[in-house]
Amino acid sequence: MFRSTRDGGVIVRLSGGEATLLRTLVVPVMELLKDPERPSPPPEPSGPSDDIFAELEKQFSQPDEPAPELSMDPVIARLLPDAYRDDPEKAGEFRKYTESSLRESKKYFAQTLLETLPASGGKVRLTGDQARDWLRALNDIRLMFGVRLEVTEDFEEQLAALDPKDPRAAAFEVYGWLGAVQESLVRALAR
Amino acid sequence: MSVAPAEVDLPRSADESVPDNPWLTLVWNDPVNLMSYVTYVFEHVFGYPRPKAEKLMLDVHRKGRAVVASGTREAMERNVEVLHGYGLWATVRQDA
Repeated sequence: MFRSTRDGGVIVRLSGGEATLLRTLVVPVMELLKDPERPSPPPEPSGPSDDIFAELEKQFSQPDEPAPELSMDPVIARLLPDAYRDDPEKAGEFRKYTESSLRESKKYFAQTLLETLPASGGKVRLTGDQARDWLRALNDIRLMFGVRLEVTEDFEEQLAALDPKDPRAAAFEVYGWLGAVQESLVRALAR
Repeated sequence: MSVAPAEVDLPRSADESVPDNPWLTLVWNDPVNLMSYVTYVFEHVFGYPRPKAEKLMLDVHRKGRAVVASGTREAMERNVEVLHGYGLWATVRQDA
C-alpha cells in the first residue's frame, strides 16, 4: 500500500472509495475534538439515509445514549486521557494546562489528512511530517472505533464470532481495514 | 451519626515526602494501538534504537505497562503530552 520515498516521505495510491471512507471517518473525530467551551452550530437536518458512509458517521458521532453532564464521552476520555492515574488533583491540573493544545494538535493531524486526500482517489504523496500526521489521525480514528466497538486484543476472534447481520459488522470490517492501512504506513516510515 | 476526623498534618502528596526520587513516564497496554506503531513511536519520540523500542513495546503488551523514560517531572509531563498526541495511553508518576 504505502511506499517510502527517498526524501523520507511516502506515496500511496487510494481508490475513490478509500479516499471517501477516510474523509468520512476523520470528520467525527474532528467534531469530538471541538472545544467544549465553544458551542457549535446546530447540525444540518438530515433525512434517513441508506448511504453506508453516512450511517457510519452517524454511528460514530453520537453515542447511543446522551452522556450526562460532566461525564466524559469514553472516546474523548481515550483521546485525551488523564496524565496522572490515581491523582485526580494532579490530573485535573495537567488537563487545565494541556488539554486545549492537545485538542488543537489532534485536529491539525486530522486536517492534514483531509487536505491531502485527493477528492476522488489517486496517488497521494506525503512528506515525512505529513505522513506522521496521517499516522496520528489514523490512530485517533481507530481509537474512536475501538472504544465504540469495545474492541479487545482478540479482535480477529471478535470479528469471526460476529453475526454478519449484526449492525456493527460493517464497522468491524472498516476497523480491520484501518489497521491494515496504518500498519502499512508504519512499515513505510520505519524503514 | 459520625464525628469529624481529627485534623492531622499529613504530607499532601507523595512527591512532597520523597523529593529526590525521579519521575517516570509510563505507557499502558490498550487493545487498539498496533505493536508496530507503538514501537515506531518509542523510536521516533525518544530516539531509542529499534531493539530497545521493541523490548519496551513488548513489556507494555505482556506486563500491561512499562516505564519508558525517567527524569524531571516537567520532562515526563512533556513526554506524556507528546505520547497522548500519538494516542498512546501514557501517565506520569514519581518513582516510589
